Amino acid sequence: MTWPILSVVTFLPSFGAVLIALMARGNSPMARGTSRWIALWTTVVTFVISLLLIKYFDPSSAEFQFVEKRDWLGIASYHMGVDGISLPFVILTTALMPICILASWTSVQRRVKEYMIAFLVLETLMVGTFSSLDIVLFYLFFEGGLIPMFLIIGVWGGPRRVYASFKFFLYTLLGSVLMLLAIMAMYWQAHTTDIATLLHHGFPTDMQKWLWFAFFASFAVKMPMWPVHTWLPDAHVEAPTAGSVILAAILLKMGGYGFLRFSLPMFPDASHVFAPLVFTLSVVAIVYTSLVALMQEDMKKLIAYSSVAHMGFVTMGIFAATTQGVAGGIFQMISHGIVSGALFLCVGVVYDRAHTREIAAYGGLVNRMPLYAFVFMLFTMANVGLPGTSGFVGEFLALIGTFKANIHVAFFATLGIILSAAYALWLYRKIVFGTLRPTLASIRDMGWREVAIFTPLVVLTILLGIAPKPVLDMSAASVAQLLDTYNHAIAGTKTAEAAPLLTTGSAR
Amino acid sequence: MNQLTNWSGYMPLLPEIVLAVGAMLMLMAGAVLGERSGRLVNLWCVLVLVAAAVAMHWVPAGRLSLFDGSFLVDDYARFLKLLALAGSAGALLLSLDWLSIEKQQRFEYGALFVLSTLGMMMLISAGDLIALYLGLELMSLALYVLAASDRENVRSTEAGLKYFVLGALSSGMLLYGASLIYGFTGTISFAGIAKATHAGASIGLIFGLVFLFVGFCFKISAVPFHMWTPDVYEGAPTPVTAFFASAPKVAAIAIFVRATITAFPGITHEWQQIVVFVSILSMALGSFGAIGQRNIKRLMAYSSIGHMGFALVGLAAASPEGVQGVLVYMAIYVAMTLGSFAVIVAMRRQGQAVENISDLAGLARSHPTMAFLFAVLMFSLAGIPPLAGFFAKFYVFLAAINAGLYALAVIGVLSSVVGAYYYLMIVKTMYFDDPVASFDRMPGLLRLVLAISGVINLLFFAWPAPILGAATAAAKSLF
Repeated sequence: MTWPILSVVTFLPSFGAVLIALMARGNSPMARGTSRWIALWTTVVTFVISLLLIKYFDPSSAEFQFVEKRDWLGIASYHMGVDGISLPFVILTTALMPICILASWTSVQRRVKEYMIAFLVLETLMVGTFSSLDIVLFYLFFEGGLIPMFLIIGVWGGPRRVYASFKFFLYTLLGSVLMLLAIMAMYWQAHTTDIATLLHHGFPTDMQKWLWFAFFASFAVKMPMWPVHTWLPDAHVEAPTAGSVILAAILLKMGGYGFLRFSLPMFPDASHVFAPLVFTLSVVAIVYTSLVALMQEDMKKLIAYSSVAHMGFVTMGIFAATTQGVAGGIFQMISHGIVSGALFLCVGVVYDRAHTREIAAYGGLVNRMPLYAFVFMLFTMANVGLPGTSGFVGEFLALIGTFKANIHVAFFATLGIILSAAYALWLYRKIVFGTLRPTLASIRDMGWREVAIFTPLVVLTILLGIAPKPVLDMSAASVAQLLDTYNHAIAGTKTAEAAPLLTTGSAR
Repeated sequence: MNQLTNWSGYMPLLPEIVLAVGAMLMLMAGAVLGERSGRLVNLWCVLVLVAAAVAMHWVPAGRLSLFDGSFLVDDYARFLKLLALAGSAGALLLSLDWLSIEKQQRFEYGALFVLSTLGMMMLISAGDLIALYLGLELMSLALYVLAASDRENVRSTEAGLKYFVLGALSSGMLLYGASLIYGFTGTISFAGIAKATHAGASIGLIFGLVFLFVGFCFKISAVPFHMWTPDVYEGAPTPVTAFFASAPKVAAIAIFVRATITAFPGITHEWQQIVVFVSILSMALGSFGAIGQRNIKRLMAYSSIGHMGFALVGLAAASPEGVQGVLVYMAIYVAMTLGSFAVIVAMRRQGQAVENISDLAGLARSHPTMAFLFAVLMFSLAGIPPLAGFFAKFYVFLAAINAGLYALAVIGVLSSVVGAYYYLMIVKTMYFDDPVASFDRMPGLLRLVLAISGVINLLFFAWPAPILGAATAAAKSLF
């Protein structure tokens, strides 16, 4: 690669945003059309270029690839690169963006130009988050994403959009500023902000605990983990469909990615010490939010709570720190990105027609919308974790990995799977089966545009369920190296703790 | 004194000479040309400020000291003088159209700007307590008059009077502190005081230091000496408020940092406590106080109190990194403030100025570009990356962490989250709310200032090297 492919993938969407700002003047139907088409083409081209990343990626190496480095801030540099852990998220982002643009094609009619610009800028910030190899640069992208998302929820959202957007913004910011201070402390300890170097720095154990908590504050909110998850249902309910998709599919994954990129390898001792805490919170999230999901009257809220439960599997798998656990966590995130994104799109399909998300307002849709019923069923099953869908692989691996680390945790987490079947099937039955509501008598099935949106998602869900190997292989080397450093560090601390005992014993 | 016998010895003073001579010429020009010449003379005053900035180019390089060390020219002074000049020129540009619309175009206005800026320049270069006081008073006296320049308006005259009375009180405190310091050290020069306090401080000196700080805190409107700020900001004519919020803050922070770092390095521990205390209070009060505000000028007053608290975080670190942080902070702060005030000055409906935050409702619909740039500035003021305001906060907190001031840093970032709330409220008003009646067309000069400051804030991350490099060099010259 002689050209900076990662920078192109990162900044091409912003270029498209500038293009829209320059080309689409005013609010005429033509300007709206121009905005949509430029946005679609930009995201498609970005996706195609990002496929080159897969083509030239060497999965056998755990090193960072496609590395770019330039001077930037003096203390921090512009350092980009991907490894097996970050590449799947980059692809997930670029793949979902064209779908989001298509999903907003007709449902967004107000301020289309600004809408498309916000989404394209958001794409730059998301791809940048996953591909930056400098911790300050990472923070820049990570936090910067708040601005477009705040506007997306606030401008194009539902009736309580102001409350939801403020809650989203302030919650996330509150967690992140503590991480910023930790980043500064790391700089003064290691005298670098380079992630590749920091991965092998070895922070003192006492310091690790503080740093771990600061990072945890940020990622736990972003993930979101119980009990700091309350912003998510509000944000999801009020956001426009595409905003919900991005929120569930990608923004939540930044938390999990952060745990994998920073918490586990940089603070292994602290991660080891605090793993029981994470397990507890994860299990509470899985069981409690599943129960909460059972009680919901709003479709989006139900899926939002189910997202919190599924993210519980991810944190559990990651902090189990076994090969299966971590690989399962990554796979679960990718799978959940596709499945929950698709579920929010499913909600969007009926919302565009009936303009309500209330579960009680629907029923018997299978009579009028057979195609929709099929698609919705597939993603419901994937959400439950039916074997043969991508949801199964991730949950199964995460559970196996956790089982090796802690049987009790795995036991209670399995309960969550049963509960997830309960709420997901309940939702499906209420909406799709039963007698058709009179108000829905003239509802139409999905059009070609909607079919085009769902086809790739359906294919991916089944493909990854049957043949998960490509994704698992992509990250295998990086995961192996991550766990290698982790176990090495843990072992080192254990011997260091044991050593004084031995010497006192021999002296006696 | 050898250098004073030939003309080239005065070269380090060139920018100040340009300002002093320029101010006199402008006054004479105004007197000769009469009242109608107001706009022209004020425009020339902008050129005088620009000429002074250009004259900085001929100031000899290196660390210079004139008049027995009373007047210091180093990289630190160069950086801050350029900043103060930019702030003054920007605020004066904001004034021109406003004065015409309000029918208050008087030539004294621009001359007072120039004289006040001259005071700032002297303040920034002050090397002893007398020079400090002279610079401070020249700056402040011009500001008192400017605050009351809308002399038909009760609020404006009240603001001027209030500012004058409280300012005089704080000047008295500062003088008292200076005399105590002189009494206990036997010298007025910063270098001499540093030598005398090398081994530690007597209780009398500490008293002097505290009174000196009271004067400084008043000028930068840090808590607990901030009470005048909201009233004066609200009452003064809007472009004058823009001026108050930018250049004088730069000069006051400059002398605050120079005096504490160069005169009291031996008793760092003693003054550090005060700065930490003042900084925490300012950040917290600035954040919480602004939440309930309806008037945007009052809101900007609390915002500037908070921002001074953040800038002081860098000073509290008492290190070259900290001073660099303060300098970067002030540079970005001036850019943010001038841009924000460009919008506030332009808030006008059918020729009538409006000042409520609710008047901004739906601005994104009626003036999309203006709303976009104002939103950029608000996010920048809140310190959200990748905008410039983030880097400002980044460098001061970086220094605080290095100095081990963890509590200060944690309280600081938490209050920045609280502060984010009211900046978001403004964005919310512009973007989420339904439009009310549209504003009048934004005059060209205001557009210029808004565009420049918006672009600086938006694209700072792409090319931060010039400001960072200059700030590093400037900070080094104090140590």
